[in-house]
Amino acid sequence: MRQDLSHIQRWIEPGSRVLDLGCANGEFLQILRDQRQVRGTGIEIDQGNINQAISRGLNIIEQDMDQGLGNFPDQSFDTVVLAHALQAVHYPDRVLEEMLRIGRQCIVTFPNFGHWKCRLYLGARGRMPVSKFMPYTWYNTPNIHFCTVRDFEALCRERGIRILARDVVGNTERKPLLANVWPNMFATTAIYHITR
Amino acid sequence: MTADRDRRSIGIVTPQLARFDKPFTLACGKVLASYELVYETYGELNADRTNAVLVCHALSGHHHAAGYHSEDDRKPGWWDECIGPGKPIDTDRFFVVSLNNLGGCHGSTGPTSINPDTGKPWGPNFPPLRARDWVHSQARLADRLGIDCWAAVIGGSLGGMQAMRWALEYPERLKHCVVIAAAMKLSAQNLAFNELARQAIISDPAFEGGNYIYQQTTPAQGLALARMVGHITYLSDEAMANKFGRDLRSGSFEMGDEDNIEFQVQSYLRYQGSQFSGSFDANTYILMTRALDYFDLAREYDHDPVKAFRHARCSFFVASFSTDWRFSPARSREIVNALIAAERPVTYTEIEADEGHDAFLMPIPRYIEAFTAYMKRVGGDG
Repeated sequence: MRQDLSHIQRWIEPGSRVLDLGCANGEFLQILRDQRQVRGTGIEIDQGNINQAISRGLNIIEQDMDQGLGNFPDQSFDTVVLAHALQAVHYPDRVLEEMLRIGRQCIVTFPNFGHWKCRLYLGARGRMPVSKFMPYTWYNTPNIHFCTVRDFEALCRERGIRILARDVVGNTERKPLLANVWPNMFATTAIYHITR
Repeated sequence: MTADRDRRSIGIVTPQLARFDKPFTLACGKVLASYELVYETYGELNADRTNAVLVCHALSGHHHAAGYHSEDDRKPGWWDECIGPGKPIDTDRFFVVSLNNLGGCHGSTGPTSINPDTGKPWGPNFPPLRARDWVHSQARLADRLGIDCWAAVIGGSLGGMQAMRWALEYPERLKHCVVIAAAMKLSAQNLAFNELARQAIISDPAFEGGNYIYQQTTPAQGLALARMVGHITYLSDEAMANKFGRDLRSGSFEMGDEDNIEFQVQSYLRYQGSQFSGSFDANTYILMTRALDYFDLAREYDHDPVKAFRHARCSFFVASFSTDWRFSPARSREIVNALIAAERPVTYTEIEADEGHDAFLMPIPRYIEAFTAYMKRVGGDG
């Protein structure tokens, strides 16, 4: 499982209701269901992913979150998850507001564009960073709203969003010491547990 | 029979008849003293009787959903693409029940049957029906077959509406509800097309106010026209463009040759119309379109579909097709959103397909894959 997903599991109460926005093939929801008896719903737009998620026995809704999430009632889920999708939506701030309306608490993970490698790449070459982790070029990337750890926290302050916890994934599998101390420079992926 | 037919088809099937002699009160208040339902079954009922699946048909459908009636039968049942060994409704796993609805003209009691009070066919005097009458009569058939709880009730279009009605009328008697290319009620445009179809029949002089049945005639012209109207709504602009375009069947635009110009689409519609008028009863068509018009899932739940679906206990699979303009994806999303708000388990997929409303009958790979994937979970939950 992707590292950010294994990190956020502990914030999800056993037996709770989880909405996973952009749930891909449903692997994460399946783990939550099988290991934590979570009652999950996923939304996804990719047809191949949807069929895989149906095969896993999950409740999947084909829906484009850029078209809104108004069909989900206020506070109807315990946790709403947005994993590695914040940077790919048209209006990240609106999606965040909707998540906080639908869920009692929310979990957001995103690639940190403030990572030193991104800075070095952009600073030294003067071109948009391309890496193994983010292999797209600027004109064909689905990631249209990159942000940094500091950017995200500034938005939370501005909108009155409470950060319950922050976690990071660093460059290595080991405990990301540097990333914990200086996340904006050393976290590859930022992980936030937020509420209103 | 070819090898391919052998492998993928349920094979030769034989309709059966169930007679019910206990009086049956209809939604309109009238009582049928007795009635018959013709049905087919495919696959084997397991010892626990937990693998039974009910297939509900659409406007002009009938009990013959899969397989062939004889060795030299050219065409299989109407949903053979989805019912059979290894198909989404897998007859190696499920015991499938498919009937002709009450009021039909393919063997179940309907306008062409004899009214015991008069000794003559019911004709235009057959009592009006609602989708719930079908559901209640289907429940009696389930009792007869020893099925307490369906693993799934499945339908496309008007069949999907019956499946939803099942979920509200008999919440304890189904585990899954499969609703394909359906809606919770007709739109004004839907109602308008149905009215056009009925007027085509009624204004045919041979219709005689529905009394044609006593005079050995049929309003073939009107019925054909009604079917042509219906058929246009089953296809999409894309489907018609792909299938016919502006191709000519006869004539040309060369000077002097215009007299016998006929577009392929004209010939196709006429063929569909004449085929249908030879096999369907006009009074039944009027009866069925009215039942479709009157269907409104949430009417008795204060017109609140969320309140309606709170009565359901089953899981739902909802599917729509991108070019379906009869029951568009927006209509299916209304169903899904009501289910979400009612906190019912629901899976929804919107299939990219050029075929319009008729897509639900067709072997579109991604549709078949999603339908198959969902049906794998059916029957696994006891």
